[in-house]
Amino acid sequence: MDLSFGPEYEEFRTEVQQFIAEHGSKSPRQGGARDKEAIAWQKVLIEHGYAARTIPKEYGGFGAEPDIIKSRIIAEEFSKNQINTGLGGQGISMLVPVLLEMGTEEQKQEFIRPTIHGEMIWCQGYSEPGAGSDLASLSTKAELDGDEWVVNGQKIWTSTAHLADWIFCLVRTEPEAPKHQGISFLLFRMDTPGIEVRPLVDMTGDANFNETFFTDVRVPKHQIVGQRGQGWQVANAILGHERGSLAPPDAAQTRLNGVRKLMETETVGGEKLIDNPVYRDRLMKLQGRVLAMKCNDIRLLSARINKTQDAKLAGMIVKLQGTELRHELEALAIDVMGEIGLAYGDNPYLRGNGSWQYQYMYYLGLIIGGGTSQIQKNIISERGLGMPKEPKIEKKA
Amino acid sequence: MEFGLSSEQSLLQDSVTRYLSEQLPLDEVRKVASGDVNDAAVWQGLADLGIPGLLVSEANGGLGLGSLDAAVVSEALGYHVTPSPFLSSAVIAPVALQTAGRCEDLLGSVATGELRIGAALAEGIGARADAGLTANGNTLNGKSLFVLDVDADQYLVATSDRKLYLVAADAAGLSRSPLSTIEKTRSTCELNFSNVDATLVSEDPGVFDKTWDAALVAVAADTLGTAQSALDQAVVYAMQREQFNRVIASFQAVKHMCAEMAAELEPCRAMVWYAAHALDEIPEEATMMACHTKAHLSEVGQFVTRTSTEVHGGMGFTDLVGLHYWFKRAGFNRQILGSPELLRERALSVTTLAA
Repeated sequence: MDLSFGPEYEEFRTEVQQFIAEHGSKSPRQGGARDKEAIAWQKVLIEHGYAARTIPKEYGGFGAEPDIIKSRIIAEEFSKNQINTGLGGQGISMLVPVLLEMGTEEQKQEFIRPTIHGEMIWCQGYSEPGAGSDLASLSTKAELDGDEWVVNGQKIWTSTAHLADWIFCLVRTEPEAPKHQGISFLLFRMDTPGIEVRPLVDMTGDANFNETFFTDVRVPKHQIVGQRGQGWQVANAILGHERGSLAPPDAAQTRLNGVRKLMETETVGGEKLIDNPVYRDRLMKLQGRVLAMKCNDIRLLSARINKTQDAKLAGMIVKLQGTELRHELEALAIDVMGEIGLAYGDNPYLRGNGSWQYQYMYYLGLIIGGGTSQIQKNIISERGLGMPKEPKIEKKA
Repeated sequence: MEFGLSSEQSLLQDSVTRYLSEQLPLDEVRKVASGDVNDAAVWQGLADLGIPGLLVSEANGGLGLGSLDAAVVSEALGYHVTPSPFLSSAVIAPVALQTAGRCEDLLGSVATGELRIGAALAEGIGARADAGLTANGNTLNGKSLFVLDVDADQYLVATSDRKLYLVAADAAGLSRSPLSTIEKTRSTCELNFSNVDATLVSEDPGVFDKTWDAALVAVAADTLGTAQSALDQAVVYAMQREQFNRVIASFQAVKHMCAEMAAELEPCRAMVWYAAHALDEIPEEATMMACHTKAHLSEVGQFVTRTSTEVHGGMGFTDLVGLHYWFKRAGFNRQILGSPELLRERALSVTTLAA
């Protein structure tokens, strides 16, 4: 048992702290796609190795060797000082890793540099109205016509489609093959004729997602990652990157501290909310669960550093437990506020800009998105506990 | 950076597990539970492995190991629903006496398993209206309930104001009577004190608190093992039991119950490790972690043992399978040394809002 990172890493921590002291004032408070300040900040981060850290220099990254502890120290120091960690989005978090692994040299040269610098925005075209948990049954098709794929069909849950320059998209190219072997992974521009994006308003009142329609969209033949029919393997390589990151325990602790602060400052009938034993116990019960997930997270970090440690099951449960925990945390904040918990939009009595209400709904979305809780339970029981799959039911002819 | 068990800790756990798997099949547990035999033989077997002296310093004649070592042993004991006075004699008593620096000469025979020290902490945690213990000088009067270990030679007793004393089981004015509980693998009793002369261990409530914290982590680790066994048994049973021409492990309703158990339980392993590590190395977090860990494991232990019972269907409810020993062990661990609600209150009282 050794929770310290050692002297050479403490030296690195000092380096990070110096960077923050020197440049931290330029850190933008927010900033999504196309935000000039955010793009300028991203450039500073890449130059100093705090974004795109392990991406080779030839593709525009910083070119450092992967070092889990250094990445962790960067994350800790940035979070402690509330410094913007740089641009995110599905291009950076999902497409770039896959291109590095499975892209051609030309694709790496063309796409990685502008993507990590925030100059090329991507959206993800995976789910379809008829292909959710059973993603491999997707039916958007692409047929080869000369040197071009012709894409027809519909995608859903395409966040940022309305902002994106490009899409990475799963399409069926081999209709005769078994469902997992008939899919290809295409890249194409979002201004190609035949693409229509319709915003999809969700329960929060925002349009966090879109529906995207394709009618005879023509895509150059070479804009494929991997071989024809290999798209499922390509997509799975990226889905693994997504799941654990949906519910980090440190963020849960920050939210829990927020609920506690709310309870320590708000009064109802002259009584502080924290003095209500029922609310207080709910808060501390959640604190216990957050602590368990924080310890689990330390174990996962350790297992990534020390390859002999087995933490497979500990990793599998993170999405299921983490999203549910966040949803319940946000729910507690709403409950303790009583009627004010109903406030939304421009209500003058709103607390914390309405983030409790918003996140309460948003996390219900995350319980479902990225592999539903029920799919997670299948994965845990089958791959974690070795239980058999549900037998297939023959389709009626 | 390495967060996990050392190879020595894994070996220690393996050796205890091997002994218990070989020498303590469920039939042996049943004999103790039914009162046919006591736990002396098991305790002797564990003594041959050095377990009673795990936390006793080398100077005092023990192995001088740490809280995480005690936790991995406690987990193994819970996994096998082991009848033994481990919690009182190997954790509570050595921690109290060594923290106070008093009566340490007794610990040599505690370490060999010859001397059993029981633990009466309940009055320091929260005395009932019909119990409670007071000290006038070194003379004790009152009553202590749910005292761990009916067969102990001596008792570490806490007064209602969290002073600790040591008293011989056969001291004049002390009477002892067993208390039946749902849990038959570990014994409890009530002690009645009428002008009993006792030896002061410590008047410092800090010593009581440190002892309590160590006990909480050991109980949480016991629940971890108890619940892990309940989950393992559920998976094994579901893979064997057939209904509708299928093993029931192929039904999602059953699989999801098992997945929920695993999802709740797996983070508890890291939590117990961290809490044990904090007892020895991170004093500013020790009490907070001990309280949360025991409270959280109590919730998870209850959920897992009841869900495992459901996976076993009607058989889970019977004495034939014996799963109820694990259910009751988790229940016992939940109630003793502070309920989850009480411990969460204590955790809140020792933490201020993080910046």
